[in-house]
Amino acid sequence: MDKALYIAMTGAKHNMLAQTAHANNLANVNTTAFKSDFAAARSMPVFYGEGLPTRAFSMTERPATNLTHGALQQTGRDLDIAIEGDGFLTVQAPTGEEAYTRAGNLFIDSAGMLRTGNGLPVLGNAGPVAVPPNSKVEIGTDGTISIIATGQGVDAPAAIDRIKLVKPDPGTLSKSEDGLFRQLDNPEPLNPDGSVSVISGFLEASNVSAVNELTSMLTLARQYEMHVKLMATAKENSESSARLMQFNN
Amino acid sequence: MHAALYVSKTGLSAQDKQLTTVANNLANASTIGFKRDTAVFEDLLYQIQRQPGADSTADTQLPTGLQLGTGVRVVATQKQFTEGSLQVTDQALDVAVDGRGFLQILQPSGEIAYTRDGQFHLNRDGQLVNAGGLLLEPNITIPEGANNVTIGTDGVVSASIPGNPTPQNIGNIDLVDFINPAGLQAIGSNLFVQTGSSGDPINGTPGENGMGQLMQGMLENSNVDIVQEMVNMITTQRAYEMNSKVVSTADQMLQFITQNV
Repeated sequence: MDKALYIAMTGAKHNMLAQTAHANNLANVNTTAFKSDFAAARSMPVFYGEGLPTRAFSMTERPATNLTHGALQQTGRDLDIAIEGDGFLTVQAPTGEEAYTRAGNLFIDSAGMLRTGNGLPVLGNAGPVAVPPNSKVEIGTDGTISIIATGQGVDAPAAIDRIKLVKPDPGTLSKSEDGLFRQLDNPEPLNPDGSVSVISGFLEASNVSAVNELTSMLTLARQYEMHVKLMATAKENSESSARLMQFNN
Repeated sequence: MHAALYVSKTGLSAQDKQLTTVANNLANASTIGFKRDTAVFEDLLYQIQRQPGADSTADTQLPTGLQLGTGVRVVATQKQFTEGSLQVTDQALDVAVDGRGFLQILQPSGEIAYTRDGQFHLNRDGQLVNAGGLLLEPNITIPEGANNVTIGTDGVVSASIPGNPTPQNIGNIDLVDFINPAGLQAIGSNLFVQTGSSGDPINGTPGENGMGQLMQGMLENSNVDIVQEMVNMITTQRAYEMNSKVVSTADQMLQFITQNV
């Protein structure tokens, strides 16, 4: 049988992988501060010896994550923050090292720790941020957390810590398996960057463009059909050759 | 089978949960003391199909890998304890908390539940009870024949008793607060109970130490923002449609391959 069948097969298989990437983007169209993943196909030529270079398999890749900013959604909640412009919040990953996210739906747990919506501690200037009992929390545009402690008047706000905001070079960042961003080659913690500003009472929406994703989905579906058609053609060719070699009764 | 099917399935079920949350908020738009929920979405883990930086030959590395996400989930529904607007009812036994704090209700089990709903009534013994007949804690008994019940902003309850020219102090309404009110568990009937993540209740007198004041003759409306819920409903529906389009596309592809090969 013609080995074109296998080339068509890699095409179809990698189309399905690319579709999974787009389906994941679409599933996260409402996830706070989700960054969509790109999917690109690359040809992987496998040439050996003399003859026509016909063997080029396809390979789907995630070349990068789209770091454009999502729209700001007003929530009015004091502990919801969105980052204006470039920059990231720093959180402590379960394994202990620094990781970066733009999802600013924060809450204070029963021990007073400031955490992100999925429970990771938010890092401040000196480790995880602890918020004392208070009657009001405000997060300033530079990430400064000020509170009115329980029992204090409104005239005595106290700055307790500053959220560590960083501005890494987008080229050095990569999305990890847990959806957080980490630096590719450099395990050293980043220094805080004073130029990052946040806005309280807002959340960043997902940056997924539903139309783009759906169109890519349909394009890939049609490509897939072409690959399947090619497989069917290879099958027909093979059947015709087999018929040639049959004895005519 | 096609992995996109399962990924969009997570999208569909997450949008489903979001719609249930929106529907519950809208259904409770005029429930006194109701706090709206928001669904918190989170992307599920990513699977590495090919590691970026892996060696493609002895001297060269793959510049990029392939990581595929596995969808989305609703990680939590978060109660938003912003304050609702106050409405004036002029009922002597209606109380609103203007600021932080919860009223305490004694459940039949003996445990204390917490509420922001201050619609109180009297039972046949003259005790203050909520609409479900559960006693306010600490309980206050209005003496027979008393009129002009007054609840002060600091929680002091007084009443005029016939034959006595000065109003009598007949009890105090206390408030409690939590470090993380969003961690309270809603049990229905406008009540919340303490959980491990809410922290222990902090007792206080209304109007002191950051507690809100009690306002007699007023009630706190729900904090549901109708416009916001409507917009959420639209985005939920459209996101649901797109995810179901992915399911039908994947289905057609599988159908195509079974029919043509």
